[in-house]
Amino acid sequence: MSHATAPSHDADHAEGHGEHYPFLAHHFDTPEQQFETGKMGVWLFLATEILFFGGLFCAYSIYRALHPEIFEYAHYYLDTKLGAINTCVLIISSVTAAWAVRNAQLKQTNMLVINIVLTILCGFGFMGIKFIEYSHKIHDGLLPGHAYHPAEPVWELPIYKAKYGEEGAAAEGGEHAATGEHAATGEHGAAEKGGEKAPAEAKHTGYVKPLMGPHEFNREPRDVQRFFSIYFCMTGLHGLHVLVGIGIWVWLLLRARTGEFGPKYFGPIDFAALYWHIVDLIWIYLFPLLYLIH
Amino acid sequence: MAAPSATVDDNFLTHEKGILSWLCTLDHKRIGLMYLICVLSAFLLGGSAAMLIRAELWTPGPTLIDHQTYNQAFTLHGAVMVFLVIIPGIPAALGNVVLPLMLGAKDVAFPRLNLASWYLWVIGALCLITSLITNCADTGWTFYTPYSTTTTTSVIPALFGAFILGFSSIFTGLNFLTTLHKLRPAGMTWFRMPLFLWAIYATGIMQILATPVLGITLLMLIVERAVGIGIFDPALGGDPVLFQHFFWFYSHPAVYIMIVPAFGVVSEIFPVFSRKRIFGYKFIALSSVAIAVLGFLVWGHHMFTSGQSIVAGTVFSGITFLIAIPTAIKAFNWIATMYKGAVHLDTPMLYALAFLWVFSIGGVTGMFLSVMSTDVHLHDTYFVVAHFHYVMMGGAITALMGGIHYWWPKMTGRMYPEKLGRIGAVIVLFGLNLTFLPQFVMGSRGMPRRYYNYLEEFQPMHQLSSLGAFTMGLGFLLVAYYLLRSLKTGPKAPDNPWGGNTLEWQTTSPPAYYNFHTPPVITEGPYEYADWTYDAKVGGYVRISKQAKS
Repeated sequence: MSHATAPSHDADHAEGHGEHYPFLAHHFDTPEQQFETGKMGVWLFLATEILFFGGLFCAYSIYRALHPEIFEYAHYYLDTKLGAINTCVLIISSVTAAWAVRNAQLKQTNMLVINIVLTILCGFGFMGIKFIEYSHKIHDGLLPGHAYHPAEPVWELPIYKAKYGEEGAAAEGGEHAATGEHAATGEHGAAEKGGEKAPAEAKHTGYVKPLMGPHEFNREPRDVQRFFSIYFCMTGLHGLHVLVGIGIWVWLLLRARTGEFGPKYFGPIDFAALYWHIVDLIWIYLFPLLYLIH
Repeated sequence: MAAPSATVDDNFLTHEKGILSWLCTLDHKRIGLMYLICVLSAFLLGGSAAMLIRAELWTPGPTLIDHQTYNQAFTLHGAVMVFLVIIPGIPAALGNVVLPLMLGAKDVAFPRLNLASWYLWVIGALCLITSLITNCADTGWTFYTPYSTTTTTSVIPALFGAFILGFSSIFTGLNFLTTLHKLRPAGMTWFRMPLFLWAIYATGIMQILATPVLGITLLMLIVERAVGIGIFDPALGGDPVLFQHFFWFYSHPAVYIMIVPAFGVVSEIFPVFSRKRIFGYKFIALSSVAIAVLGFLVWGHHMFTSGQSIVAGTVFSGITFLIAIPTAIKAFNWIATMYKGAVHLDTPMLYALAFLWVFSIGGVTGMFLSVMSTDVHLHDTYFVVAHFHYVMMGGAITALMGGIHYWWPKMTGRMYPEKLGRIGAVIVLFGLNLTFLPQFVMGSRGMPRRYYNYLEEFQPMHQLSSLGAFTMGLGFLLVAYYLLRSLKTGPKAPDNPWGGNTLEWQTTSPPAYYNFHTPPVITEGPYEYADWTYDAKVGGYVRISKQAKS
């Protein structure tokens, strides 16, 4: 990865010819040039990362635009609380990563080590919570493709019941088609009453209006597994990036302990932090797109 | 840093010895040569598959191999030629050798990343080739769903190979872009850069912006095949056409990743062998960038018959026409460069002229295909095959050959035999046209591509085409023979055999380990030839000012 190959310097007086820079590679004239080059390389790499995830975001938008009901239905299976905690954990880790850059620039070796350790701990915390989430999903059969066998429908979930009331949630049972009397207006007040919905017409005509409303799920939309395909692809790839990031931080931690980084040489910390921020940023998009659907 | 205490004989080839000094090298020139060896080996493999295909098509029905082997052969041919030969051919192999030299830099921005890219390439190539040969993937190089997710052959290793190769390409592009931005020495302004570097710059943009999308697409396809997540599977609510969109969003820019460096090579060759400054420098430079930008907006023209809306098709068709403009700008500027120049018909120039002719045929027949109504008739016929071979084979490979001959003295320090070079170029050019011209005719009469069997009325055309392919194969064998022999017996190359004014000709042949004994000072554009004159004693060009002084 680019940050690994671009050790660099920040030099206040790069033109000081007599000065010896132990990390200046032979093909650069000044430590500044080396740092600038490394930085540009990392930014380009981050651009490729965005495009890499861009494919998945594109698939998400297309499927969500074509079948919004799947996303509205399936997002109830996700634990917003855990997602929110994870968002906080990552944001905190971004703060410590940014702080670590400052520490490196000021050669505060002790604080640098502490901040890197905190960043790594946050990374592991994130992965731990992800592990809990994934094991719940696997346990409940909420998996992509043919493996999708949900343990219970959305309207049986405590989250759904707590939000829309026991009665409204279970109003029509699992067999009947939902009605569309209340179009997808998101009137939560109405939802609380639940039972008001007039199912009779649908029962008799067999006419099924599209399932759009947040409180109307008493029947599962088609192909819900598609949500979990997207969910596992996106969060899985993101988790992989967090793991890689943790690896980079561990490597930098070993280097930081020797007091290697200082005002003349802090590039690797800077580049790792940039990478960490982009991984954080991707999660900040993933969280609302997957967990906070209305 | 201090220049190495080098004698004149010390160059990058002799600086260190032993196989490990090559495999662990961070020197861009050595990495470039390693790419070149690998790319040409892959070319031999892909070419052999092509010979097998053409031999099989000598008669309708079974001739040599059964239909399943035939499917594998064209998959092998396509995947190897696209992913292993044309995409890395000019940028990674020639680009690595000459980019820092032309720029006046000591190396690329990230030498270790550069070596890592080479290793990624090797790993990806091994994955791809072994899976194609042993596991018999038969999807064609495009891996279209739903066939690629349902075929019983093993596709995953091939996909994984292409995925890895994609990253090799991304990192090379990233490396070159950064080098061009940050390692330019004093005096090397943007508009003093040789046009080859502009072409590499445009290529780098496309590699960085398009290839990650291929990466994620192949990854999704791998996961799809492995665990059936259904993103591209209609039975699970997925959309196979989405795969085509993703694939061509990469693969159309990839077409320009293949051809734009070729434009760069011939842009170097034309002025040098016409002894005349390039005509319309800025237009050629910026048209590369224009192609890079427009190339992102035309992927839908591969999908006119995939059920996209007429409106989308019309827009894609219109933007496709637009790409003809920057391409034609280049072609006319090259012609104008030769006008009233002292044209020397050396081997590189022969390839460049061949490029101009053959690529123009490929380009103009591309316009037939970008018209929606004719495309419906010509889609998936040999017309398409002939079109993209004229562009890829006649364009990219011809330019690669021209570039190899042009920089051969610089890379190896030896001259190739000029006479054999010219003969080889003419044989290849003749074979190329004989192979693909009949395919235009067959295609417009309805011969579908990728078919194992065909109607008897097509047999004369197929046989002509096969004869052409064999001629071309012989031509390439001749080229390989004299190039390899010249490594041992070729006369020592002068520093500047062609009289180029770009910086790589201003160092020794082969260059020193750190490229330049004294850092070059750039005071003029790359195509000023007034200072250079031919010196029969040296066998190459020397600076007039130097002569006058001595």
